[in-house]
Amino acid sequence: MLEVRDLTVRFGGITALDGVGCTVEQGEMVGLIGPNGAGKTTLFNCLTRRYDADSGSIRYQGRDLLALPPHAIAGLGIARTFQNLGLFSRMSVRDNVLVGAHPHSRTGFLSAALWLPVLRGEEARLRREADRVLERLDLADVADHPAAGLPFGTLKRVELARALASRPRLLLLDEPVNGLNQAEVAEFATTLREIREEWDLTVIVVEHHMGFVMGTCDRVVCLDFGRKIAEGPPEEVQRDPAVIEAYLGTPA
Amino acid sequence: MSEAIETREKSTAPASGPRPARSWLRFLEPRGHWVWIALAIALILPFQLVPFRVFQLTMVLVYAVALLGLNLLVGHGGQISLGHGAFFAVGAYTAAIMMDRWDTPYPWTLPVAAAVTFVLGLALGVPAARLHGLYLALVTLAIAIFLVPLLKRFEDVTGGSMGLTLSKPQPPSWTGLAEDQWLYFLALAVAVAAFALVAGLLRSRVGRALHALRDNEIAAEVMGVRLAFYKTLAFAWSALLAGAAGCVYTWVIGFVSPDSFTVNLSITLLAGIVVGGLGSQAGPVLGGLFVMFVPSFAQDINQGAPGVIFGLLIIVVMYVAPTGLAGLAGRAVRSFDRTLRKE
Repeated sequence: MLEVRDLTVRFGGITALDGVGCTVEQGEMVGLIGPNGAGKTTLFNCLTRRYDADSGSIRYQGRDLLALPPHAIAGLGIARTFQNLGLFSRMSVRDNVLVGAHPHSRTGFLSAALWLPVLRGEEARLRREADRVLERLDLADVADHPAAGLPFGTLKRVELARALASRPRLLLLDEPVNGLNQAEVAEFATTLREIREEWDLTVIVVEHHMGFVMGTCDRVVCLDFGRKIAEGPPEEVQRDPAVIEAYLGTPA
Repeated sequence: MSEAIETREKSTAPASGPRPARSWLRFLEPRGHWVWIALAIALILPFQLVPFRVFQLTMVLVYAVALLGLNLLVGHGGQISLGHGAFFAVGAYTAAIMMDRWDTPYPWTLPVAAAVTFVLGLALGVPAARLHGLYLALVTLAIAIFLVPLLKRFEDVTGGSMGLTLSKPQPPSWTGLAEDQWLYFLALAVAVAAFALVAGLLRSRVGRALHALRDNEIAAEVMGVRLAFYKTLAFAWSALLAGAAGCVYTWVIGFVSPDSFTVNLSITLLAGIVVGGLGSQAGPVLGGLFVMFVPSFAQDINQGAPGVIFGLLIIVVMYVAPTGLAGLAGRAVRSFDRTLRKE
């Protein structure tokens, strides 16, 4: 489904990604781990076209992603969440989720201004879909509340709901359980497993919470200083000496 | 901000489950009944006031339409324009030139003025979409500065510094209205139509896309919102509304000259929408009232320095009501509603 080859990204003198390659199969859940600054989020930013790659290629369902403009990515079924939340704070939770459905609606300025029947039908459909997602993620009670001011754990769910509203096939989660307490992490892991099943999703998740990664991912890729240092089933990667060294340093 | 409070208010009402669709009136929400009350008052006023007051209210409506456009761009789209007076002027001159040169019946000048300013807004919106914050402010300011000498330069079309004097639209005899009342109702019709159009825009995915790029540009783009497209079109629609307001201005005043459309107008408009309430539905009307009445009020207080008083009043309003007059009014309306409900 996704094939990253020899991806290199440089910022000035720093090489954030250095010839990284990996493939993700349909339906897989892949964990992307590594110490801070390893290039995990940079890889996400390349996948969503926030950053340009200096060399290498990214193919998604046979298409060259690097040739597309950033706003076209969502329409292909790639959705993401952000490490430090990227919500629209002054909009209601429902409207945040509705923005997620943006690629699946067509209304332009003129038909919206005139409130044409086409728009009314589309708007009703979008609202039904959004309400279903809100319901599924237990957000119906806060649907009319502005995003600003809600608890952090709830906001994380709102971000997930917004991503799901875009009907993704590939979901990119950037540290989804960062900042959540133990109970919330367990709950999120359960929800994610169920949703993956229900929506037939392929997931790539960047996470530092090893318990979460080991418990939910089929496969783990470990980056360090922009290079891939290990890849394989979670328990193997966990024992890999290179990974242990990257996290803990070499024994003195 | 006032929207934020608005939505919180709604959630305390029985909002469980999908709310029943309430026909086409829904586009006037939130707080539909206040819209109707305001409209009813607006329909009665011209029969109760002396012609000069009616004229003043007509100008409030003209400014409200321009501010509605500016609100779309600044309040909802999170962009800035220090040059909206220029679009207002282009709308005014388009109408004036059509009426002066070709004796075009005045109703035809409105769609043409709207179309001209839309295209102009589109042309300027393309580069504007690439600029941010202060850079955008500077470029739009340049448009406003550039315009006055331009109008003076093409004397044979624009009448140069002398401007153009036109005959005002006359009321059809079947209405039985006086001229000032007729002009008032023309302005009211344009204002109501403009408000309905913008309300539709804001309730749709277009409005959500604008709000999204205002709140978080990066996330909006990741969600598939084409930033350049929405910024450019917001600019163009905003210009169109300013142009329509300018056109009605020409009808009402019957005279255009370059000195009516200096940079001052652009800055007054921006001040008007900030004071009225950015991103709120009532902001343009309250801003229009402010722009119309406060300068003359300032003049009454101190003949010598109306500018100083006007400036001080802006500071006072922003201090008392940081979310603009709309935020202040919203709070008053809600407490009034609550007392009504309790009884």
